[in-house]
Amino acid sequence: MIGNYPLHLAILVLLWGYIYTSWALMGRLGLVSFGHGAFMGIGAYTVVMLWNHFGLSPWFGALAALAFTAVVALVIGYPCFRFRIVGHYFALVTLALSEVARLVIVALRDQTGGSLGATPNGALREGATISLGALQFSSKEVWLVVVFAFWLGGLWVWRTVDRSMGRLALQAISEEEEAAASVGIHVTRAKLRITLVSALMTCAGGILYAQYQLYVNPDTVSGIAISLQMVFGVIAGGMFVMLGPTVGAAFTLLLAEGLRLAWGNRFPALDSTIYGLMLVLFIIYMPKGILGAALAALRKR
Amino acid sequence: MLSLDRVSAGYGDFQALFGVTLEVNAGEAVAVIGPNGAGKTTLLRVISKLVEPSAGDIRLEGRSLAPVPAHEVVAHGIAHVPENRRLFPRLSVEENLRMGAFTARRQFAERLATVYGLFPRLKERSKQSAGTLSGGEQQMCAIGRALMSGPKLLLLDEPSAGLAPVVVQSIFALVRRICAQGYTVLIVEQNIRQVLKVVSRAYLLEAGRIELSGSAQELLGSREIQKAYLGI
Amino acid sequence: MEVFDIFLLEAILNGLLLGGLLALLSLGLNLVFGVIDVVWICYAELIMCGMYAVYYLHVQYHWPLVLAMLAAIALVALLGLALHQFVIRPVLRAEPINQLLVTGGVLFFLQAAATLAFGIEFKNLGVTLPSVRLGEMSFSAARLVAFGVALAGMIALYFFLGKTYLGTAIRAISQDRAIMPLMGVSPARIFGVTSALGGALAGLAACLLVLQYDVHPAIGLSFGPIVFLICVLGGLGNMLGGFIAAFLFAQFIAVGGFVFHLEWGYVLAFVFFIVVMFWRPQGILGK
Repeated sequence: MIGNYPLHLAILVLLWGYIYTSWALMGRLGLVSFGHGAFMGIGAYTVVMLWNHFGLSPWFGALAALAFTAVVALVIGYPCFRFRIVGHYFALVTLALSEVARLVIVALRDQTGGSLGATPNGALREGATISLGALQFSSKEVWLVVVFAFWLGGLWVWRTVDRSMGRLALQAISEEEEAAASVGIHVTRAKLRITLVSALMTCAGGILYAQYQLYVNPDTVSGIAISLQMVFGVIAGGMFVMLGPTVGAAFTLLLAEGLRLAWGNRFPALDSTIYGLMLVLFIIYMPKGILGAALAALRKR
Repeated sequence: MLSLDRVSAGYGDFQALFGVTLEVNAGEAVAVIGPNGAGKTTLLRVISKLVEPSAGDIRLEGRSLAPVPAHEVVAHGIAHVPENRRLFPRLSVEENLRMGAFTARRQFAERLATVYGLFPRLKERSKQSAGTLSGGEQQMCAIGRALMSGPKLLLLDEPSAGLAPVVVQSIFALVRRICAQGYTVLIVEQNIRQVLKVVSRAYLLEAGRIELSGSAQELLGSREIQKAYLGI
Repeated sequence: MEVFDIFLLEAILNGLLLGGLLALLSLGLNLVFGVIDVVWICYAELIMCGMYAVYYLHVQYHWPLVLAMLAAIALVALLGLALHQFVIRPVLRAEPINQLLVTGGVLFFLQAAATLAFGIEFKNLGVTLPSVRLGEMSFSAARLVAFGVALAGMIALYFFLGKTYLGTAIRAISQDRAIMPLMGVSPARIFGVTSALGGALAGLAACLLVLQYDVHPAIGLSFGPIVFLICVLGGLGNMLGGFIAAFLFAQFIAVGGFVFHLEWGYVLAFVFFIVVMFWRPQGILGK
């Protein structure tokens, strides 16, 4: 049987790969959001808080979280797209969003535990490994299957979006709004749809993350830090290729783990320092990401 | 003073000038005329080094401009009044003139007086935002701004473009006065009839090539020009 | 009723003091964006570096405080210049999003490097300034000093931009970059000066912040987003807009924090931001 640690890594790679893919759905259209931490946080905290305070099964909690996420995504997305807020402005407005989410979580510290985080109440009785009603599994193999399914689902969504809208239409929207609109593509509606899908998927990712780690913390599931992490993961792997975000997730996770194993305890944050440096170098020298650059190189042959 | 020897230039894959040769002597007023898209603006931009020539030699008073970067051209004595005036819209008239004197700060006060003497209307509006001036006033300000650097050679890019006929008259009168003051001027224009009355010599530029050159009278009298451009 | 009013007044005045500081913070960011068209996502981290500089020079090496502060301002000015030359210039012609992201990478790097170099403990400057009493209200002298210096800094910037050749050139280049060479001005040089100036403003802000707050590697995350929001609220690149937005935002924080509890003041301010974005997404004074 595969050891626990490699399994854990595999689960994280797939989970973050899924989350990064959700982000990239918007990112590849030029809708670079620095606010997906909000959706992840909403997912994670809504489910955990409803379970801890009201005993509401995470299945229903998830529905509530998704509904909430949808509302937020539309409330922010609609004026942005209607008023053609893109680029810098859009990034900063979404940044505000992720910070609001984080601040609200911290401010509600009586309910959420604030910066100390919270743990979903344990539901697994002696010897049990699966509690479907509470969405808690102690077996990593089960989680691997679940996360793998979501990951595949994410890729499927990616492909469906590509097909249904046509690659050209998507590109048109991202680069030449006026032209796209004149051809009859309802730009605002298309953007809203993508944003909604992306937000909902990220929310689900947050839920999975909370239930897997059995711990949520406002700084790890919401706020600017996690939002940036998503963006960087996708950049590292490549935003325009389907498997790019996953490659990015694998790369960043394995890099972090590798560095931590090599030096971790002696030099705390050395891995992050190198990671940060690599990010800067990536963007300057490999803006298409690892996968994107590799594919471009292959195509040249 | 200025000589271009077989200068070619373009933008990326698009070539705009093909082996242009021309010269401007000190104290002369020379025009480059031609239709839209002939490369007239590119020609001036190559001289002021906003565009690097791909071939050929540009010399000012015998010295090559090849190693001179765009922002040092003013210091060498060439002032370029760009197409469409290109004033700084939210700076005042006086601030625009001050920008013109960036490389000649010590002479700012003295030259400001000279420019206000040439353009009394500008003095009236000195604190006004340049973007709120009329077309003619903007042109005056743009030319004044170029004069603030105390240039040896003045490049004028279609000074009459987009202006009402009455204003055009006054602009050309102005150009005549500037030439009379001894400035060396290279002026690029679509308004052939007016500009040939102001300069002593002219070149015809068509599709990036010099097709004709001669004195202003010669070109005015030339059959080709009369037929193609003057509607005669 | 009377007691309630006086403390409300105190909150409003504290909001004013905070507003001054936030206005200074937003200036550097707006300046750089208005001129170079790049948002320094790592702006707060530059300030963090300045704060650490003051701390180490004064506490470890026993430099006199003012000297340490001047040195910190110079240091962050250099950092700003270096940021532009080595990190931003290579991507200046790339997609704007790359510029955002590359400064984001620097944010990450600076935070991590600070953790590596200085550890995660909160470091306090050890300078305690007294409280100033005004009737029944009391204000921290550090805040008053910060407000005063911030105001002075902004006035100095105003005169620099308005009355000097370099300052005029900086204003000009944001209006028409392409013809700057015709004025004899190298855009690259102006960008360098602007970056250094942006860094210096950040350094000044650092000096004022370190008087009031302990420094730690993640401190950028606590005020960074606020500064961005203020800039966007006022209209990105518009210094006057940022100035106004800073004071508005600070009032929400101060009064909101007074009427409800501290953090809710921030939440209220952020929600105010989102509402304004809904109504006027280009910012109060944006185009």
